[in-house]
Amino acid sequence: MAQKPVIELEGIRRDFVVGEETVHALRGVSFTIHEGEFVTIMGTSGSGKSTLLNILGCLDTPTSGEYRLDGIPVRTMSKTQRAVLRNRKIGFVFQSYNLLAKTTAVENVELPLMYNSEVGSRERRERAVTALQRVGLGDRLNHKSNQMSGGQMQRVAIARALVNDPAVILADEATGNLDTRTSFEILVLFQQLHAEGRTIIFVTHNPEIAQYSTRTITLSDGKLREDRMNDTILNAADKLATLPVEEE
Amino acid sequence: MNITNLFKIALKAIGANKMRSFLTMLGIIIGVSSVIIMLALGTGSKATIMQEIEGVDPGALNVIPGPSYEDIDGNWLPEYSQTITQADYQSILEKNKYLKAICPMVYTSGQFINGKNNHSGSVQGVNNEFLDINGLSISQGDMFTDPEVKGASKVCILGKTVVDKLFPNEADPIGAVIRINSIPVRVVGVLKSKGRTAFGQDQDDIVLMPYTTVMKRMISQDYFDMIYVAATSKEMASLAKQDLTEILRENHKLREGDIQDFRVNSLEEATSMVDSVMNVLTLLLSCIAGISLLVGGIGIMNIMYVSVTERTREIGLRMSVGARTVDIMSQFLIEAILISVTGGLIGVLIGSGISYLARFVLLNFTEYHILISVEPWTVLLSFAICTITGIFFGWYPAKKAANLDPIDALRYE
Repeated sequence: MAQKPVIELEGIRRDFVVGEETVHALRGVSFTIHEGEFVTIMGTSGSGKSTLLNILGCLDTPTSGEYRLDGIPVRTMSKTQRAVLRNRKIGFVFQSYNLLAKTTAVENVELPLMYNSEVGSRERRERAVTALQRVGLGDRLNHKSNQMSGGQMQRVAIARALVNDPAVILADEATGNLDTRTSFEILVLFQQLHAEGRTIIFVTHNPEIAQYSTRTITLSDGKLREDRMNDTILNAADKLATLPVEEE
Repeated sequence: MNITNLFKIALKAIGANKMRSFLTMLGIIIGVSSVIIMLALGTGSKATIMQEIEGVDPGALNVIPGPSYEDIDGNWLPEYSQTITQADYQSILEKNKYLKAICPMVYTSGQFINGKNNHSGSVQGVNNEFLDINGLSISQGDMFTDPEVKGASKVCILGKTVVDKLFPNEADPIGAVIRINSIPVRVVGVLKSKGRTAFGQDQDDIVLMPYTTVMKRMISQDYFDMIYVAATSKEMASLAKQDLTEILRENHKLREGDIQDFRVNSLEEATSMVDSVMNVLTLLLSCIAGISLLVGGIGIMNIMYVSVTERTREIGLRMSVGARTVDIMSQFLIEAILISVTGGLIGVLIGSGISYLARFVLLNFTEYHILISVEPWTVLLSFAICTITGIFFGWYPAKKAANLDPIDALRYE
């Protein structure tokens, strides 16, 4: 692939000291993700995928090994530098949405830009509205988070992850709290974003989701067990069409 | 994140828990309003006392009979009241080096009658230097003259209250002859009104007569109840006091170690004593009020800790989308300061309101005319204290929030 690398991991190890013991959560993981890939990271609980996600998201730093995000080495960065890096380069989508309570959709989406002093309040509002329109919530800008369904809340969360035009979108079990139909709606959205050239990393323990991504990385016991390009990529929109429409 | 956004977030957080925020503010509100009230009362009382002596000669002193209570263990003997004599007055007149006015005084009470109007009150027998020393003036007629003093003339000066009682129909009192303890006395002047003292004493309920007249014709007393004097200046007051003491000790043939049977008080000592007593009192009251501010501050700290815990996930989210430590820290600090300062603002309003209401009630419905006043510096001080309280008590909760690990915070249930 001629695309430039967005994520480069070289021999990532992460040890946790728990009491007297040292737990090796990651034991030397290396891979590179290029711009425009839609990667699923799979693994059972305890495989190290949460730890890997935290490192990829610059919330945590590896004990050893090198991690470059969009060419920038992360391991030696300070807490503040990583906060700024997250703000500019990463869009998070969480399983439980993590929207601010009693806050409108547009204000939730504006949040990352609030921490970017280069973006003024007018541009911030415009970009938030654009992002919400992109995820199909252009008509719900001023709905509060508690007035929305799970699928709508997750769309707001995706808009929030898009608003800073990140180098990579990190989704952590982003469909985990949703019913099947809504899950596929969200997957359709991710596939659309991928088609637009977005780099997406989707962490899940659900093997079905992997079929809709371009590449699957499987972890077990803190090591990379499998890393393969998917030959046949299913279309989530087709699958969605086969699902029965829920009755009101 | 810029300051405006931080304020918006803080306002939103406070608004989201209105009742809780108000209860938290209540501590600060009570604290600040009590500090304001205490300071208003303190500075007001001081101003009132100072106002009362306004016009009194700054170098004023008085000589009063009898030893100080400490010297005699409180065993007051009747003769102690009679130690300031005519001879003493003469000696002071002849020997004083630092005085510009001397006025002996005798005191009695009397029944004043004008036709069918009568009133009882006090009579001060003085000379014509009395007015200057005590900052009084005549509003109608004239002060009695030196010859009238020397001649023990039956003349008097009335205070406004006495005039009102004896001449109810606004009749001109000047030249009228009234009876004081059945002696006919001609009214020659009326004193300018001074109103009531802070403690309700009517300063206009007074009759002045030549001391000679009182001593010879009314009470046949040969000693003075007091001698008012004025030093040439405020600075000379302490020298004058020393001088007076020496003159009188010599007159009374007192030797070293003898109990001194008279006292010399200076206005300056009295005012500086009032001043320091009032300052200590104000400070003490304010400290007690300040304790409630401290309690209020602890309330803020408590609720901020609760708030940080409740909003752990929010903090985690903010961190994950790029909030730096300083952003989180500022957010919670500003929230604490805002609670504290809003409480302070309400406290200032309530405190000032109560102070001015108390002033209004005291002036109009009671005899205690204390000029309670809220000084601007006390308001500024309150705001400064509130800001400091907010920062001080918000610091640790804010620090706790800022030091959260985003991974743990996001996972917090």
